[in-house]
Amino acid sequence: MSATDLELKEVRGPAAVSGSPRRFVNLTWLLATTDFKLSYFGSVLGYLWTLMQPLMFFGVLYFVFAVLLDLNKDVANFPVLLLMNIVLFSFFQSGTGGAIPSVVVREGVVRKMQFPRLVIPLATVTTAAINLFFNLVVVLIFMLSYGLAPRLTWLLLPVIVLALFVLTTGIAMLLSALYVRYRDVSPIWSSISQALYFASPVFILINTILKGHPWVGRYYLFNPIATILQQARVWMVGGTRSPAHYMGGAVWLLVPTALVVGVFVLGYRVFSREAPRVAEEL
Amino acid sequence: MDSAQVAIRVQQLDKSFRLPKYRMHTLKERALHPFRRHRFDDFHVLHGIEFEVLRGEFFGIVGRNGSGKSTLLKCIAGIYRIDAGSIHMAGRLSPFIELGVGFNPDLPARDNVMINAVMMGLTPRVARERFDEIMAFGELERFSDTKLKNYSSGMQVRLAFSVMVHSDPDVMLIDEVLAVGDAAFQQKCLDVFYRLRAEGKTIVLVTHAMPLVEQFCHRAMMLSGGEITHIGVPGEVARAYMSENFRDLSSDVRAGTSAEEVRLAGAWMTNAAGERVDTVAFGEPMRLYVAVEALGPIKTPGIAMWLTSEDGVRVFSAGAREDGGGLTDLEPGERVEFSIELENRLTAGRYYLGCTVVRGTAGLEALLFQDRAADVVSYGATLDSLIGVDHTVSVTRTRAGEPVR
Repeated sequence: MSATDLELKEVRGPAAVSGSPRRFVNLTWLLATTDFKLSYFGSVLGYLWTLMQPLMFFGVLYFVFAVLLDLNKDVANFPVLLLMNIVLFSFFQSGTGGAIPSVVVREGVVRKMQFPRLVIPLATVTTAAINLFFNLVVVLIFMLSYGLAPRLTWLLLPVIVLALFVLTTGIAMLLSALYVRYRDVSPIWSSISQALYFASPVFILINTILKGHPWVGRYYLFNPIATILQQARVWMVGGTRSPAHYMGGAVWLLVPTALVVGVFVLGYRVFSREAPRVAEEL
Repeated sequence: MDSAQVAIRVQQLDKSFRLPKYRMHTLKERALHPFRRHRFDDFHVLHGIEFEVLRGEFFGIVGRNGSGKSTLLKCIAGIYRIDAGSIHMAGRLSPFIELGVGFNPDLPARDNVMINAVMMGLTPRVARERFDEIMAFGELERFSDTKLKNYSSGMQVRLAFSVMVHSDPDVMLIDEVLAVGDAAFQQKCLDVFYRLRAEGKTIVLVTHAMPLVEQFCHRAMMLSGGEITHIGVPGEVARAYMSENFRDLSSDVRAGTSAEEVRLAGAWMTNAAGERVDTVAFGEPMRLYVAVEALGPIKTPGIAMWLTSEDGVRVFSAGAREDGGGLTDLEPGERVEFSIELENRLTAGRYYLGCTVVRGTAGLEALLFQDRAADVVSYGATLDSLIGVDHTVSVTRTRAGEPVR
């Protein structure tokens, strides 16, 4: 850039999104990958540790529910399904849970550097998404070695991930902005996400829920995570009905969709409102 | 002013912080008291700030702690939202206001350089290309893969400074950059400053180091209580800063003012015969002495003395030298007597002998500052000016109509 084509531009102050989009994307990606590296550089087993957590959890749940309690024995390919559900749900949990304190944790940078504030929660969710990517590779390997035949609908997996990503990002934006002011957001959210866990078909599948209460299906699937997991089951493992079927019409899918979009928009607006003052509030 | 030449334009900038009187820290409180209004104390930090920095200018901002200079820097950098007024800037800004921000101690230098460079607005590819250059400038080639927690603080600053310089911003905001780093690196930074100045980069420097302001800045500005009190020639701004800073100290205390690391042992004047005197006649030789005693070890010290008139105008100043160079390190208990000899050219009146002791080749850290260490009186000539200089006079007469030479 030559010295003569510099024009005076107004300095607009801090914002959720500011500056060049390229810097925004580069920064988000770089922070996410560095965080990912950091999380497994610290230990000898490295990445394996991040995989260990869902695997251990899978082991416990499988042992208790399938072996001891003999639940879900009529469900085809239950172990595969269970692992996939755990991996997907733990992305949601670590993405939102990690994002809540993210802005406060990076206080030093926030107070001393100008950069688009939204990068911070977005990078945290992206780190979780990188983890999800590797975990899904493991899930696919597990599926194949379990004897599942590859299906064409496996190609739709990115749609599942995208829906979950949008939902997670929406909540991450909302909660990370609120956490700057209200520190009890963190315990409140861990209770809510615990409740969501039981309100979603991770190991208590929709068949169990509907046993005796067929009318519950529609309202159960208003929970976007339930819809997403059920749809993932349809596309990846099979042997079940689509969410639209359980809701009594595809039109009802608009409810969870609207919830995902609504949470995202709300999260973005709250974050944008708080972003300019975050450096002073910390 | 031609606006094509302006790099930063600040107009009528106001900034205040809202300090809540009672603050709700939890959503629970919020839910229990839904109608309680937040009440705030407004804390006015900056008021009606208006100035321009030209392209290629080195602009110094000085002020005591709490004068609002860091807040101003954060407003310019876009870290704080301003309440009123506007800030305009030409070109790409280095977004840091402090070196080493965003460094992660658990990551090796390589990753930290990448993150920092991308924060500065480079693409990851360009950052990778310039990596070797960055490490070489910081003299850290051997430590590319060392984690930053194993770097010394000086090394970290070198790395950060190197990244900043190599990211090629048009405008740089620098807060106390040279306070750290060893003498050799300070010198290197100064060289870079000279180069950047020659390249037409704009630098806004916030510092307490008046020598740096006087040496580098084209213009400077002093903030006091959130307002601009002085703006213009660096020397004058630096003096204003010094007098504000030492207003409480500059009483009639003569000798024995103690600092932590150095003590003023004495300041006096002698006549041609070597006798201590308080007065000197115009045209007579005079010798001014400053003696200091080191209380702790002082590396690369510098001593300077000056005379100021009753109205605070500095008449001249001189720095101590040994063997044509700087002073060698001082050991605890060591005394230095520094004197200058000159012929009294001062108009009649009272003058104050001031002195300072600084550390570091760049003279950044003042260990002692005494504006009125002693006073001397000149007599014998009442001039229309502060000093009389040697000159010859000639007068010729001609008539109108003849050419003027």
